Amino acid sequence: MSVQLPPFQALVDAHAVELHRFLVGFVGPDEAEDCLQDTLIAALRAYPRLDHGDNLRAWLYTIARRKATDLARSRARRPTGPMDGLKPANEPAVDPVEPADEGLWAAVRALPAKQRAAVVHRFVTDLEYRGVGERMGISEEAARQNVSAALRRLRKEMDR
Amino acid sequence: MSELERRLARGGDVPPLDAERLGAALRSRAEAEGLLDVAYASMDSPLGELLVATTPRGLVRLAYAEEAPESVLGELARRVSPRVLRAPQRTDAVRRELEAYFAGKLSAFSTPVDWSLVRGFAVDVLRATATVPFGELTTYRDVAGAAGSPRAARAAGNALGSNPVPIVVPCHRVVHAGGGLGGYTGGLDRKRWLLSLEGAI
Repeated sequence: MSVQLPPFQALVDAHAVELHRFLVGFVGPDEAEDCLQDTLIAALRAYPRLDHGDNLRAWLYTIARRKATDLARSRARRPTGPMDGLKPANEPAVDPVEPADEGLWAAVRALPAKQRAAVVHRFVTDLEYRGVGERMGISEEAARQNVSAALRRLRKEMDR
Repeated sequence: MSELERRLARGGDVPPLDAERLGAALRSRAEAEGLLDVAYASMDSPLGELLVATTPRGLVRLAYAEEAPESVLGELARRVSPRVLRAPQRTDAVRRELEAYFAGKLSAFSTPVDWSLVRGFAVDVLRATATVPFGELTTYRDVAGAAGSPRAARAAGNALGSNPVPIVVPCHRVVHAGGGLGGYTGGLDRKRWLLSLEGAI
């Protein structure tokens, strides 16, 4: 029997705009587009091997989070020194969403991956908790808990 | 909403995604990495909008506007590969040939056909049909015979009705032995139009 997967283009058409929004929050506007491309190419490569077509959206977000993490890691490994336009290593690995609120976004990026994703889905993508949970493959309640844990942590960071 | 939440929500003022640029980047990377299994595009024609889909092996599908694109693309995803992307450039060669054909400037297509969507007896029937030259007619009985089963005219008719690449595999050139036009997937008006373009009727 064969798995019923929609044409890949349908996934791109349905999810690219929101994935991009998510990645702008998750890694910053400068990196979001490259990260989105990497995400979709990785998804396209793996696509025919999926053994079911359930919750393809959550699958795409899992890949996006992984690509964003890879990107941050490769950034951190970059050599330092007065080289053409490379950022010094002690700067945040990724750019903040709002330059004006750099401190806050640096703190968001320092959150554990799940909390960080939940906060971005909730506030940057502006989703209700059910939608946050659907995209993360977790329950509505777990999404709510991740967001409130993140907010507690951010408040503590910002009060320092 | 707390002050912190308001500040987080301001992060939602994000620059819009340039979908065109993303699409172009995806197509070229997919192509470079050998991941573009099915490319498709639509084109205008005197017979209405056509959807054209190709694989690295050739033209795999040509659909008239009556067939919903979602179902045509869904079938390609199911039966050929789910790696289906909108990629007009990859379909350029066949679209140019179709345009030339509609303009009366081309009588034989050089684009190869990918027969992935065809099974069994229909492969033989459609291959036999593909050899019928521009401007000529043949009969259901004759293509059945050419496919190795002279008495299977009705089955040949069914096979022609399921032709995934009309026009390029010219099932419109097959008519009844008694003189009737027979049937056509795209409707008899289109069959008549194609045969008059070719000067066959």
